[in-house]
Amino acid sequence: MSLAKRIIPCLDVDHGRVVKGVQFVDIRDAGDPVEIARRYNLEGADEITFLDITASSDDRETMVHVVEAVASEVFIPLTVGGGIREIADIRRMLNAGADKVSINTAAVFNPEFVKQAADKFGSQCIVVAVDAKRVNGEEEPDRWEIFTHGGRKPTGIDVIEWVKKMDQYGAGEILLTSMDRDGTKIGFDNDLTRAVSEAVRVPVIASGGVGELQHLADGVLQGKADAVLAASIFHFGEYSIGTAKAFMRSCGIEVRD
Amino acid sequence: MQEIAVIDYGMGNLRSVVKALEHVVGNSQQVVLTSDPRRVMQAHRVVFPGQGAAGDCMRAIDEYGLRDTILEAARSRPFLGICMGMQVLIEFSQENQGIDCLGFFPGQARYFGDDHRDKDGIRLKVPHMGWNRVRQIRQHPLWHGIENNTRFYFVHSYYLYSEDNELTVGSCSYGFEFSASIARDNVFALQCHPEKSADAGLQLLSNFVNWDGQA
Repeated sequence: MSLAKRIIPCLDVDHGRVVKGVQFVDIRDAGDPVEIARRYNLEGADEITFLDITASSDDRETMVHVVEAVASEVFIPLTVGGGIREIADIRRMLNAGADKVSINTAAVFNPEFVKQAADKFGSQCIVVAVDAKRVNGEEEPDRWEIFTHGGRKPTGIDVIEWVKKMDQYGAGEILLTSMDRDGTKIGFDNDLTRAVSEAVRVPVIASGGVGELQHLADGVLQGKADAVLAASIFHFGEYSIGTAKAFMRSCGIEVRD
Repeated sequence: MQEIAVIDYGMGNLRSVVKALEHVVGNSQQVVLTSDPRRVMQAHRVVFPGQGAAGDCMRAIDEYGLRDTILEAARSRPFLGICMGMQVLIEFSQENQGIDCLGFFPGQARYFGDDHRDKDGIRLKVPHMGWNRVRQIRQHPLWHGIENNTRFYFVHSYYLYSEDNELTVGSCSYGFEFSASIARDNVFALQCHPEKSADAGLQLLSNFVNWDGQA
């Protein structure tokens, strides 16, 4: 086995600027996506994910320019999520230089969209993002449900059934976020990650809850994730990607140098 | 000024390839993205990328009327096939219930399988996605400056199988060893994506844009 487990920093982009504060000691402008992406690339990030949190569609054009600028300088895979609702949105992002798009809400409301997207552009560039929340009571077997609107709206869809369907529909990868853990810094929901990873053929990216390096390693070792995504622990200069990789390596996980 | 033609036949994201080439050529050569057969044949070097399914690729190649152009370019000048651009150079792909490809090299593209496992029985995800080591099993000018076993970025569900052992210049292990890179004369092709493989990938592209086509 020599395929490396991937570490993916995630950047929230609003009106063309990285928000939620990214701080590097030697970066002058901490909101510039190109500068931050360049820095993560130098540190050894395996991919970079941009989440477009701009509310209005008028400003989507700005995101296209961000992707164009980053793709001209940073030569690792780039994923763009947020507001991908139509085939035209995907084409625009890919043309700008994105390698993958991540589809979330649009997949829930119209699963056929995933099929169409995969048929049109190939599964390799279609990531299905899943926001999952635990819904079982105490003493009941583990069960998770798909939520939309940042974890506020339940859909009644069972996560395991859903990811199997998305795999069948042509998703090339699953980006799995635990809404219970997102922002808590207590670690991934590794039961969830493992259940999803074992249910599908395609790679699974664990997301939501990372607060320390051990959590990244646990996502792979306990959650059987193929990649781990984190935002804040990298942003505030707490840990570099290099430190994270060294730690994972010390846990026996294969990572890229 | 010398031109590098990137063949555009409507398959997938070619911008990354163009941008990475532009990054390594500087001002010495011009990168053109084109589906015009004449333009391709005027170029000093040709890059043949590809993404998506083999069936769609072959159909698109014929719709664009590029079949003969691609074969002629591969016979006559430094030629780089990337990902699906490597797979459709061979004879046959199992994808889409089986499809005849360009037949420039002997070999087949085979599916990793829905239950792909390593030697210890651990299940491996398909597509094979991420950074894996490329073992340089034969010397080649395009390996210049790249350490043996350097990781490149892969994303594919079908792998190249050929009985022509002379063809493979780089191999990769994912459950078993497969051809990550093949080469003969002026043609070099690889399964992974040099345009997405950070410094190692840029080095390989830089080697290509300076290559005289002699193996």
